[in-house]
Amino acid sequence: MSDERTLDLLEAKIEELRHLNATDGIDLSKEIDRLEVKLEELRVELYANLSDWERVRLARHPKRPYALDYIEAVFGCFYELHGDRMEGDDRALVAGLARLGGRTVMVIGQQKGRSTEENKERFFGMPRPQGYRKAERAMRLAERFGFPVVTLIDTPGAYPGLESEEANIGGAIAQCLSTMSGLRVPIVAVVIGEGGSGGALAIGLADRVLMLENAIYTVISPESAAVILWKDKERMKDAAAALNLTADHLHELGLIDGVVPEPLGGAHKDFERTAAALEDELVARMNELADVEPAELVERRYRRYRGVGRYRDGVPEFG
Amino acid sequence: MPIFKERDYLRVDLDREPDESLWMKCKSCGELVFKRRVRENNNICPSCGEYFFLTSIERIGLLVDEGSFEDVTRPIVADDPLGFSDRKPYPERVAEAQEKTGLADAILIGRATIAGFQAVIAVMDFRFIGGSMGAVVGEQICFAIETAIEDRRPFVLVSSSGGARLQEGLFSLLQMAKTAAVRVRLAEAGLPFVSVMTYPTSGGVQASIASLGDVIIAERGALIGFAGRRVIQNVMAQELPEDFQSDAFAFQHGAIDRVVGREGMREELAALLGFFVEAQ
Repeated sequence: MSDERTLDLLEAKIEELRHLNATDGIDLSKEIDRLEVKLEELRVELYANLSDWERVRLARHPKRPYALDYIEAVFGCFYELHGDRMEGDDRALVAGLARLGGRTVMVIGQQKGRSTEENKERFFGMPRPQGYRKAERAMRLAERFGFPVVTLIDTPGAYPGLESEEANIGGAIAQCLSTMSGLRVPIVAVVIGEGGSGGALAIGLADRVLMLENAIYTVISPESAAVILWKDKERMKDAAAALNLTADHLHELGLIDGVVPEPLGGAHKDFERTAAALEDELVARMNELADVEPAELVERRYRRYRGVGRYRDGVPEFG
Repeated sequence: MPIFKERDYLRVDLDREPDESLWMKCKSCGELVFKRRVRENNNICPSCGEYFFLTSIERIGLLVDEGSFEDVTRPIVADDPLGFSDRKPYPERVAEAQEKTGLADAILIGRATIAGFQAVIAVMDFRFIGGSMGAVVGEQICFAIETAIEDRRPFVLVSSSGGARLQEGLFSLLQMAKTAAVRVRLAEAGLPFVSVMTYPTSGGVQASIASLGDVIIAERGALIGFAGRRVIQNVMAQELPEDFQSDAFAFQHGAIDRVVGREGMREELAALLGFFVEAQ
């Protein structure tokens, strides 16, 4: 996306002209209009037909809104809860009480850092076992009081490191899946950026699963798939295409329930609009689930996951 | 006495020599050992005690009472929902694995008795695309659990898997959710689930069904973990201890209940099941 720089420059230029237009009393409106048409054309050209790999880049864009950005914009009065009550407080996964559409909800999200400093604290949005145990604790709390759960997924994956393995990261993820499959309150999951493998799914077992238009959700990163399956680390674009990891592909495959539209160029180009679209979608989905009896809710969720996966009836044809 | 009923889609022969040669070199001690002695010794090196891979069929032979295994593996085969092709098309990979193993996919399930205790047992096979869990493996595990619920028997899963079947994309990732959900039903039915982790139990399998056992037993020499050693070294540039993700590592950090030698596994399972159910 090297052309993105051209777009940024053009945007800056238009802004500059607007400023001059307003302050110096010189009529530049024609020039501004001309440049804006040009800008829109370039944007459409650049973003209307993104390849899957370009969407991966967009999902990881440094300006992309993160969980706490949405939490602030979409939910009212977020009251953050900290700690797993066992070991510590994982800053890569945030959880807390919030308000949405007139209801109290529990919101749980993976949080990347904006700066190097913040990423040191938030491990680039890669939760450790204590993060998943905090998530599970938050879900249990929500269940006790009948609060619906909203999860915001944005992680390259669970934190792959010695301390994660020592604290049994696999067991912590498994436990989250187990808890979510039986939770007696509605769960809506949204992939807002990167849905990286088991670390993403660990908070993604839900009654409704949504994705932002430029988010990705995949069993393995395209880079790792290139190395493992193609034995060639340069093949990540092919891997990205083969994995069907975009929101549109996954919606077509019937694996997610809806795609939340983003402005051309990505969520960061018009954050307010993206946040408003997400809020509408979340409220609508919560309303769908609000009146379902807990037992029925769990039963429907069970049937959804019991039926996932495609195979063929038949036996191997040995040569 | 055969442990399998006749099943036309399984081409398995316990007496078949894996290949022509009579001798093999142990990869651990380098000793040339007689293959038949290795087989008779539960695929353990008679010279140094190294554990070699067990196929699912060999594993079943080791664990269940002779003649008791009633195969209930569903007659289903992998689909190719993404039309996936890396260095070769996914269907070709599956066909090759079927040809190599004589199996339909990376798992066998069945009813059996283990030293007299009735159980439903599911055994994964690492030879089949790394024992990876795609839609077929996920479905077989769920069907095994449902069979256990219907028959009111304990469920035993023997894992040998590198994780999710990457070629099935998100479909394979979601098998983690599927198996975890069905496992909850077993708990609600009040039936025990014993998870046996062998070399290797990793990735999406370790992070879902395998870690959800009421009791988790590792076979000696097992590898147990989520992210691979190389991934951690490459991504995080972290020094890792020599015993990283070993049976001892998992035990020391509390991820598993016990570590058991291969030769004693059947008796171990029987002793454990005895606390939950009566022997037949």
